[in-house]
Amino acid sequence: MKALDVIKRANANAFRSKLRTTLTALAIVIGAFALTLTNAVGAGVNTFMANTVATIGVDNVLTVTPHDDSTPSGDGPAVFDADRATLSGGPMAGAMGPTLALTAADLDTIAATPGVQNVSPMRMVALDYVQAAGSQQYEISLGMVLPGMHVELAAGHDLDFDTDQPQVILPKSYVAPLGFSDPADAVGAVVDLGLTDATGTIVTQQVTVVGIAEPGLLGNAGAMPNPALTDALFNLSRVGRDPGAPVLHMAAFVTYDPDAGPDATADLQAALLAEGFDSMTVDDQLGMFTSVIDTVVFVLSAFAVIALVAASIGIINTLFMAVQERTREVGLMKAMGLSSAKVFALFSVEATVIGLLGSAAGVLAAVVTGRIVSDALAGGILADLPGLDLFVFEPLTVLGVVLGVMAVAFLAGTLPALRAAKADPISSLRYE
Amino acid sequence: MSAPLISVRDLHKTYGTGANAFHALRGVDLDIREGESLAIVGKSGSGKSTLMHLLALLDRPTSGSITLHGTETSGLSERQLNRTRNAEFGFVFQQFFLNAQNAVLDNVTMPLTIAGVPTRERKARGLAALAQLGIEDKAGNKANDLSGGQKQRVVISRALINRPSVIFADEPTGNLDSNTGSAVEEILFDLNRTQGITLVVVTHDLELAARCDRSVTIADGLVVPATEEVAA
Repeated sequence: MKALDVIKRANANAFRSKLRTTLTALAIVIGAFALTLTNAVGAGVNTFMANTVATIGVDNVLTVTPHDDSTPSGDGPAVFDADRATLSGGPMAGAMGPTLALTAADLDTIAATPGVQNVSPMRMVALDYVQAAGSQQYEISLGMVLPGMHVELAAGHDLDFDTDQPQVILPKSYVAPLGFSDPADAVGAVVDLGLTDATGTIVTQQVTVVGIAEPGLLGNAGAMPNPALTDALFNLSRVGRDPGAPVLHMAAFVTYDPDAGPDATADLQAALLAEGFDSMTVDDQLGMFTSVIDTVVFVLSAFAVIALVAASIGIINTLFMAVQERTREVGLMKAMGLSSAKVFALFSVEATVIGLLGSAAGVLAAVVTGRIVSDALAGGILADLPGLDLFVFEPLTVLGVVLGVMAVAFLAGTLPALRAAKADPISSLRYE
Repeated sequence: MSAPLISVRDLHKTYGTGANAFHALRGVDLDIREGESLAIVGKSGSGKSTLMHLLALLDRPTSGSITLHGTETSGLSERQLNRTRNAEFGFVFQQFFLNAQNAVLDNVTMPLTIAGVPTRERKARGLAALAQLGIEDKAGNKANDLSGGQKQRVVISRALINRPSVIFADEPTGNLDSNTGSAVEEILFDLNRTQGITLVVVTHDLELAARCDRSVTIADGLVVPATEEVAA
């Protein structure tokens, strides 16, 4: 029997008992559906993360923090080291305890590390409000912007990092409350940012709005300042402090040459660690997100695979019944010269056909469901994240699911197929 | 006299071992000449079906030799046996063994499908074989929708589609009423006469056996000598 005839006949056999095949395939549909959907969610979220972080990100920046090697690992509390600078006080102090901080000397050490092009401390300023002429005061936080960072703008243009004029990009959600008719109307306006200085007085800083950010992970991050504004706000916030007190920073940004290659980056990070600093590249930060997502997807996929294993037992069962039913047919075909290998092929191809049917239907159902859910969510809870496609169906993944399920179905079919292949034609023909 | 088509010498077939051993055949010698019609008769349990299975190369003997066209068959591989059965033999069984859900043409062309004959040739030869038995109009019907006599004609079409040298018929009329049965017998003997296809019929129907050129009786795993047969 030719291979094409084997496939044709196996295909026809799969449809002989339609109800039984449908029910068996249904179990596979459920597994393939779940597997496709979880993978699509994983791909969707990870793609969104990658896009977002890539737009935030500037790939030549390391975030440097003091290396904390005194963290107790179940051996009781760490011994206090008076030589290490800590950020105590501030709004978080009570909750977080002493936090290691970078001093001006640390910044110099970092700057002197080979491979470091530039160091800038992360300046955290707590804003109280934003106010346009005639509007109410609205709470706002101060975001962070690095040179090269790309912000999705609804209107206006990017921040000028070299000017000494304070500039800000505001989220789109502030446009209407601040009394502007549309994003373009807000561009060029001057608003007041209010903050509390060290003496407890609320002071304001005038700033020009140069852009309005689209919503997105970054768009919700608050007011995005240029360095001139950050410096101005930072200086304002320090009014009333003891000028002799050391300036401490939670972290610093280090720029380096990204073209030097991953080895050079690793060397730089090792050098910083030797000097007592932890550092993270954008990829490291992205990796944290994606590894969490990947873990969730892995767990969900594991459940889907369990469903598929259960479904494959259904295939075994169905084919054993088919072998039983077709004992005489198999016996006759063997008497007429069909080899055992071809008999095996007939039944295992039939199993694979059932696997193909189930997985194709499951994948199709997953894609349709993904579309419907995406559309529903886009108008609902995900409306604020226009960049997020919750389900991304990667053709290779989808193809992989279909082929994987077919392979599982084939394996499930081998057991009944072997029994059919071994059947003795004479006793098969006597079977009543 | 021409050389025998199938020659059997000292054929033994034992099922099981030791105390449970059942000796189905205990030294059968038999020659089947090309073009003859031979009836193998005997009571049930006599070993006649076992003999037919061995002759048809469906099973291997415990000992003894079977030569086909002068070739010793015990040395043939599984693959060669399959090919030999497919090319040389046609089978007609008491039960029709048709795939009820498949079209008549599909059933008839099964040996050609197994042989790997292209679809177009299969169809042409299948229709020709059905025409030979006067049921080419049933080619598209499901096998299930036919009467018993029509089914047996389909079975015979299937048996002769590969232009076999031998047709093995195991109780070919056992499931048919006498009228249909004799019609089917007529077809088989006609094939034997006009196309020279050797016919080996296993039956306990003595009338059918009498119509054959020759008949051998099997009892207790041995060929009963002709004289005793007459006496019986």
